[in-house]
Amino acid sequence: MSTVTIHDDADAAVASVADGATVLVGGFGMAGMPVTLIDALIRQGATDLTVVSNNAGNGDTGLAALLSAGRVRRIVCSFPRQKDSWVFDGLYRDGRIELDVVPQGNLAERMRAAGAGIGAFFSPTGVGTPLAEGKETRTIDGRDYVLEMPIRGDVALIGAHRSDRLGNLVYRRTARNFGPVMATAAATTIVEVREVVPTGALDPESVVTPGIYVDHVLDLSALEGDVA
Amino acid sequence: MSGTLEHLDRGPLSKDEIAAMIARDIPDGSYVNLGIGQPTLVADHLDADSGVVLHTENGMLGMGPAATGDDVDPDLTNAGKIPVTELAGASYFHQADSFAMMRGGHLDVCVLGAFQVSGGGDLANWHTGAPDAIPAVGGAMDLAIGAKEVFVVMSLFAKDGTAKLVRACTYPLTGLACVSRVYTEHATFVVGPDGATVVETFGIGVDELRGRLDVDLHRLTT
Repeated sequence: MSTVTIHDDADAAVASVADGATVLVGGFGMAGMPVTLIDALIRQGATDLTVVSNNAGNGDTGLAALLSAGRVRRIVCSFPRQKDSWVFDGLYRDGRIELDVVPQGNLAERMRAAGAGIGAFFSPTGVGTPLAEGKETRTIDGRDYVLEMPIRGDVALIGAHRSDRLGNLVYRRTARNFGPVMATAAATTIVEVREVVPTGALDPESVVTPGIYVDHVLDLSALEGDVA
Repeated sequence: MSGTLEHLDRGPLSKDEIAAMIARDIPDGSYVNLGIGQPTLVADHLDADSGVVLHTENGMLGMGPAATGDDVDPDLTNAGKIPVTELAGASYFHQADSFAMMRGGHLDVCVLGAFQVSGGGDLANWHTGAPDAIPAVGGAMDLAIGAKEVFVVMSLFAKDGTAKLVRACTYPLTGLACVSRVYTEHATFVVGPDGATVVETFGIGVDELRGRLDVDLHRLTT
């Protein structure tokens, strides 16, 4: 379906997220994190979520606020422990959140596989380490690999720089990070952008995420108040 | 170079001297990833005309120095989430591409810190294994097995005096047989299938090192 809904209301953009959903949350630290969508998801109330994100929240806003609200049962990430991850640290030490640590490249590739229809893949990353325990291994042309399964999302929440009205996305600098991969790996992809431009205004050669992967776009420039 | 060089007329290397030594050993034109912390110091010692291109695993080639003042941009950070700058010729890419270029063997050198390295080149640098520690791996495992050459920079002894170059790692592993060189304040080593070879020492001799490390140490012979 080529229908992309452009929203000027964050609450409407996340209205369909269900309890128990697996939510892919973009961002590397705060760069590219869809803070406005996450705040709306907190208001929306979905709970018992599995969140897939590189980190486990920074400071008290964005993903950290979702964790703090008690909505996340399990987090799949590569690097939870940081100097400003006190919200996650507290929940983890109290046994109130499950943690699945995945090497960053495997995390990205597992979502890429989900989005690309790949059933599983053999990765050299993690061979011989505790993170490969219990996983199938294979030697191919003399090198050892570990079988890694796709990670699929019910929903992806990502941030991008600009969208047109068909959901074609461009990103800015290293805020691109997980956005393009997560957009492909979720049944429903919801994007917040700083600006929605008319269809035709983006150079087709520079589009990073084609609109086929995008379902909902929140136009931050159309929100009330100073958000973007 | 013929034989291990023992510099007994001086003390251990400073962190800057170690960084300069690593920079000297990175071939001109290399694509290089510098880990968070002490490895980052290497960037200060790379010649501007060396043609070395820095990769940051959050999605950039051609990373410039840390950003200050008006150059700080929340959309442009390094893997340590520190604001950085872009150099002419920089490029951006998403996470799957960033790690594909790593695993695919396109990155020439990465420089990482470590808790332990074995004589055979096994690396332990992501987790102490302590029961109350929160595990966090980031890109360490991908870098360890992806870059063509992995250089480790670390202190030779932990704060409690325990040696960090070991016969076999006791901390949880990051990667098997992946490290090629180890740079410490007391000595530099080549490690791998042939075991650990001392390249240079600083303020200590090979024989004394042998007494303090539980790993077979070879002298450089050619």
